Amino acid sequence: MRLVCRSIFLLLALVCTGARAQLSIEITGGGANQIPIGVLRFVGEDALPQSISDIVEADLQRSGRFRMLYAGNVAPLPSEAGQVDFGDWKIRNADALVIGSVVRLADSRFEARFRLFDVPKQTQIGGVAFTLNAQQVRTTAHRIADMVYEKLTGDRGVFSTRIAYVVKQGTRYELQIADADGAGAQTALASREPIMSPAWSPDGTRLAYVSFENKKPVVYVHSLVSGQRQAVANFKGSNSAPAWSADGKQLAVVLSKDGGSQIYLIGADGSNPRRITSSASIDTEPFFAPDGQSIYFTSDRGGSPQIYRMSASGGEPARVTFDGSYNVSPRISGDGKTLIYIARDGGRFQLRSLDLASRQGQTLTDGQHDESPSFAPNGKMILYATQTGNRGSLAAVSSDGRVKQRLSVQAADVREPAWGPFFNN
Amino acid sequence: MNKLLVVAAVAALLAGCASTPKDEPKAAVEDRTPTVTVPATPGVSTVTPVAPKPGQLPNALKDPNNILSKRSLFYDYDKYDVKDEYKPLLQAHARYLTQNRNAKMLIQGNCDERGSREYNIALGQKRSDGVKKMLLLMGAQESQIESVSLGEEKPRCTDSTEACYSQNRRSDMLYGGEY
Repeated sequence: MRLVCRSIFLLLALVCTGARAQLSIEITGGGANQIPIGVLRFVGEDALPQSISDIVEADLQRSGRFRMLYAGNVAPLPSEAGQVDFGDWKIRNADALVIGSVVRLADSRFEARFRLFDVPKQTQIGGVAFTLNAQQVRTTAHRIADMVYEKLTGDRGVFSTRIAYVVKQGTRYELQIADADGAGAQTALASREPIMSPAWSPDGTRLAYVSFENKKPVVYVHSLVSGQRQAVANFKGSNSAPAWSADGKQLAVVLSKDGGSQIYLIGADGSNPRRITSSASIDTEPFFAPDGQSIYFTSDRGGSPQIYRMSASGGEPARVTFDGSYNVSPRISGDGKTLIYIARDGGRFQLRSLDLASRQGQTLTDGQHDESPSFAPNGKMILYATQTGNRGSLAAVSSDGRVKQRLSVQAADVREPAWGPFFNN
Repeated sequence: MNKLLVVAAVAALLAGCASTPKDEPKAAVEDRTPTVTVPATPGVSTVTPVAPKPGQLPNALKDPNNILSKRSLFYDYDKYDVKDEYKPLLQAHARYLTQNRNAKMLIQGNCDERGSREYNIALGQKRSDGVKKMLLLMGAQESQIESVSLGEEKPRCTDSTEACYSQNRRSDMLYGGEY
């Protein structure tokens, strides 16, 4: 009998591992003070095409802020608070426990409900019932994971957000959009010429990007709702580096129409371009600070590419980075406190962060060609492009550098990631 | 046995304090329907690049023995100044543009793969702008020339070696009909 139990245990362990491998995300390192948590299978979830609890568990684990406890040997599975064996979970050193249930409704939809418990206090600290159809399993699971994450860490979860990136296969370029875990990828644009620099509008409904379909860089705004796209900066010379203002009404872009690469503001529909830098140097890679008051950018006006900050309405820029001879691609965290950028150090290009108040810096990655960083909207993770072998791939690192993930989407060259905003409702 | 009793006691206690939607006046479980702000299937746009308009290029531009058939200038790492060795080449093209006022030229600046893609767009633009500026000084007209950058996006050579990088740090001059 004991042997049979052990066999079942092994089988379950294998099944669980298999389910996680499908996400193609490899996690190395772990955060400090991980919260030990058990996520039980939801009672009745076999009725769904995918397991909700597997996706919740994978989401929480990927964040690096939880230590997942083995939860495959609980029978019968509880679906109500009164059925939870808290003593057992205390022995397993759990701080938190997620249980849930799924029932089929009369109209072929489902109701999924989950409950989150504080195990030491033996109290329920969260619970929501969702009505969903068979296509909304992933969406629902991500929402549950977001709620668990926020309740236990105090930070907003990003499991329901999306990422955009460019896939190159042979001579074909595709702008793709996927869930934050890399699943459910869909193509928004396919082209025979390069696509680069995707940037999400603050409401997540539009992407600005640079396309070379006219043999030169032109900036487009692409609606993800209608699929309609519009060239918003197609002036003589090059048009590139789009960045959205916080209200989604304006873009900062880099144009060379008046000679040299300089930063301009234009309406999101391409209207009213006005120049905001005036140097004989390279001024590029604008990025709006979240308060909309200032713009960070890269300039070689001091002799080497460095990061500067200027008022969003123009004016004299102030230099922000001083160490090293190549500091580019500035991005600012949602709270405005942290700058991340790419620094060249002895021929290697790596992601660095700088606390703007204390001026404390940290190197977050150890690749050769790390580039195109993008903050998760909660500021806790940074998505970036790296190289594996001779191929581009995506990776993510926690803002403290402790948790690292590699996202291998498929057998292709993947680059230019951009993490989308929170979706509000 | 004692352990069982404890578990039973805890379970009873829990059952007592447990909040279920039915027992509580205020539901402990909120009802929500997940919504997706971005539709599950965004429209896919496929773009077909503009094909070059087939034009009859004058033989002078194609004849391998004519300097005008040479169209590329190469650069050192992170540099965009036109090397002296290319002055005769640019003089020949400036002369051609001066003598053929209807001729149009696109100059594409390129970079090796190292560094930021957007910074490389700007660096490639510096390279093509530099070539354009010289051609204008030598007599070509502003309306004849557009200088653009392809950054590191269209490498001629794709190995990560200096031999390859030096091929990719380049400006190319294309005449109307070739782009």
